Amino acid sequence: MKLKTLLAAGLTASALTAGAASADEVKIGIAAEPYPPFASLDASGNWVGWEVEVIDAICAAAELDCVITPVAWDGIIPSLTGQQIDAIMASMSITEERMKTIDFSDPYYNTPAVIVADKSMDIEPTPESLAGKIVGIQASTIHQTYANTYFGDAAEIRVYQTQDEANQDLVAGRIDATQADSIAMADFVNSDAGQCCEIKGAVANDEAILGKGVGAGVRKGDDALRESLNKGIAAILADGTHAEITSRYFTTSIYSE
Amino acid sequence: MTGWRSLLQPHRIVLMALFAGLVVWCAVSLRWDWIPQYTPLAIEGAWRTIWILVVTTVAGFLLAIPLGLAQAIGPWYLSVPAKTFCTIIRGTPLLLQIWLLYYGLGSLFPQIPWIRGSELWPYLRQAWPYAVLALTLSYAGYEGEVMRGAFAGVNKGQLEAANAFGMPRFTMFRRIWLPQAIRNVLPTLGGETILQLKATPLVATITVVEIYAVSSRVRSDLFIVYEPLLLLALFYMIIAGIIALLFRRFELKTGSRV
Amino acid sequence: MELILDTLGLAKSAELLSLSPPGWGGNLLRGLANSLQIALGAFGFGLVIGLFGASGKLHGGVVVRDLLAIYTTVIRAVPELVLILILYYVGTDLINQAASALGYGRVEISGVVAGIWVLGIVQGAYATEVLRGAIQAIPQGQIEAARAFGMPPLMLMRRVTIPAMMSYATPGLANLWLIATKDTALLAIVGFSELTLETRQAASSTRAYFTFFLAAGALYMIVTLFSGAIFARIEKWARRGQPSLREAGK
Repeated sequence: MKLKTLLAAGLTASALTAGAASADEVKIGIAAEPYPPFASLDASGNWVGWEVEVIDAICAAAELDCVITPVAWDGIIPSLTGQQIDAIMASMSITEERMKTIDFSDPYYNTPAVIVADKSMDIEPTPESLAGKIVGIQASTIHQTYANTYFGDAAEIRVYQTQDEANQDLVAGRIDATQADSIAMADFVNSDAGQCCEIKGAVANDEAILGKGVGAGVRKGDDALRESLNKGIAAILADGTHAEITSRYFTTSIYSE
Repeated sequence: MTGWRSLLQPHRIVLMALFAGLVVWCAVSLRWDWIPQYTPLAIEGAWRTIWILVVTTVAGFLLAIPLGLAQAIGPWYLSVPAKTFCTIIRGTPLLLQIWLLYYGLGSLFPQIPWIRGSELWPYLRQAWPYAVLALTLSYAGYEGEVMRGAFAGVNKGQLEAANAFGMPRFTMFRRIWLPQAIRNVLPTLGGETILQLKATPLVATITVVEIYAVSSRVRSDLFIVYEPLLLLALFYMIIAGIIALLFRRFELKTGSRV
Repeated sequence: MELILDTLGLAKSAELLSLSPPGWGGNLLRGLANSLQIALGAFGFGLVIGLFGASGKLHGGVVVRDLLAIYTTVIRAVPELVLILILYYVGTDLINQAASALGYGRVEISGVVAGIWVLGIVQGAYATEVLRGAIQAIPQGQIEAARAFGMPPLMLMRRVTIPAMMSYATPGLANLWLIATKDTALLAIVGFSELTLETRQAASSTRAYFTFFLAAGALYMIVTLFSGAIFARIEKWARRGQPSLREAGK
């Protein structure tokens, strides 16, 4: 009896917070940790940024009823396979390793990986130059795999839950360098917080690790959703919406065939 | 507690058979091929967990003695700060305390040039000093409260007797008061140490690579959920069991369990 | 000079903490509301588990007692963080599998419900021990007298056991409630936006770490002190008619 009322209370509580959920809603998982300028939280609690606008545009073009759902980044793939979300659109690169577990849509942006370090430091994006240094990277990213593969023997790799924490520690001087996406890093070094640091250059490409751009992750075999998302991506690339959103955030294009 | 024979009751045999079946099912149907590759990392992580646990409980306990003493007999200018410290530590989540120290305090240091140039800097830029500090303060906060009760619980007559013999105050504290207070807290100390063990994975959130961080690494490298978490749970259960056994032996030796 | 800087610094903190955007105070309060909601739900769920667990441990058959012993031992030995992750994935997996087996589509599991489920199971293990101790502390004669009058078991629980054990259980339960409020912070690690995660997001968006972490600390402290006062009243009420501890000790 008590259990029943409690369950009912829990369910009403959840309904109050989550709102009424309809069956054909598509839950788009984004990382719960801010990743400016792609996705971050403003003071009124709304998610804003390039990727958030692109998600809205893709969903509108594909006529999907999307709900943005923040999930902890390092559990985002299990959340997808565990059906807590239906798609991942969180700047996730399409890699062979991830393709073993999930499927991807076509890419909707692609950017090189760069090394960022203090302006006064003489660092190049090569394993030799980073030897003996502390390199901070975000967990569960292509950069982690890359840094472990190429720099792991000579440098100390320090793993962060979010890129934001790595940036903070770079500013605080607790790490010597960080490897991350070039656009996010350009935004960072141009911000007030990132004045200390500069982009030291892109790392040598390794497509097997760094992947073929960023796509939407979906459950294996969820071809209907994958096709709809592909249709949406193609539509916003063709009608100029993608370029229009990009121009409001960046000075250069972040998509190439 | 009657030894092996109690395991031979029929229902226990059935339960154990079910459990063995579960283990076999896990071994067969889950993915374990990654274990050899990650073993060195896991040993390093386990060692770091144990190291952090031992250092922070010992340091925390040493800090808890003056905290408890200050609260039990100290003048107000010692007892009020000690009580406030314990209340704040016990009233806020440890995760918040760890983040306050690492991201708050830690981000202030580099803004002070002489710290950045000093010999301490190589340590201050590591994560583990913050982890050790946060866990030590936390343990001290909880134990300080326990020690207060323990000091207050020592029989006053003994102290008066020692006083009558003209024992110096410090000797009295060292020979009579402290040993009895410690004997009083030993039964709760084991439980508190297990609680401290359970707090150690929180330091993984500030980049300390202990056993929990290793399991997260496996989870994120291979996108598997249950396998590393189950092994992790097993690890903590074994360590908690060892702690419980150690304290029980210690209690039997000192005769604090009546 | 320092005084001016000081006041300026405080003015900036006040601006950051103001309730309407661009201040982040509203976010913190929303996080606090979520934390409290989960803590309340988990505490209640834990109490229900604890009540059944305690009576199972005291009056259940051998199998029930062994299973409960395993439950409380495992939960109390494994870190909450690890349990939260395991239960979070197991819970959602099981519910979805059950739902698809029954032919329903996917079931919506909100963060609040998941948090209550996960923390409730953890709380249940501790509540079982607290309540078992409290029930054992009841003078046996009271229960025997009720049985002798032919009171059915559920009524006995409602009319005799629960009221009589309240005074013994309150201190332990107060402690459990405080643990529940603090454990909600761990949900930050699975990405649920309770107070600690909201604080974290505000702090990293504004770089004002001290302001926000201290503000969140103050909020947790207020909850702790406030609950302490409430539980003290409950304990006083539960002890009504009993000699006070001091008198009893004489």
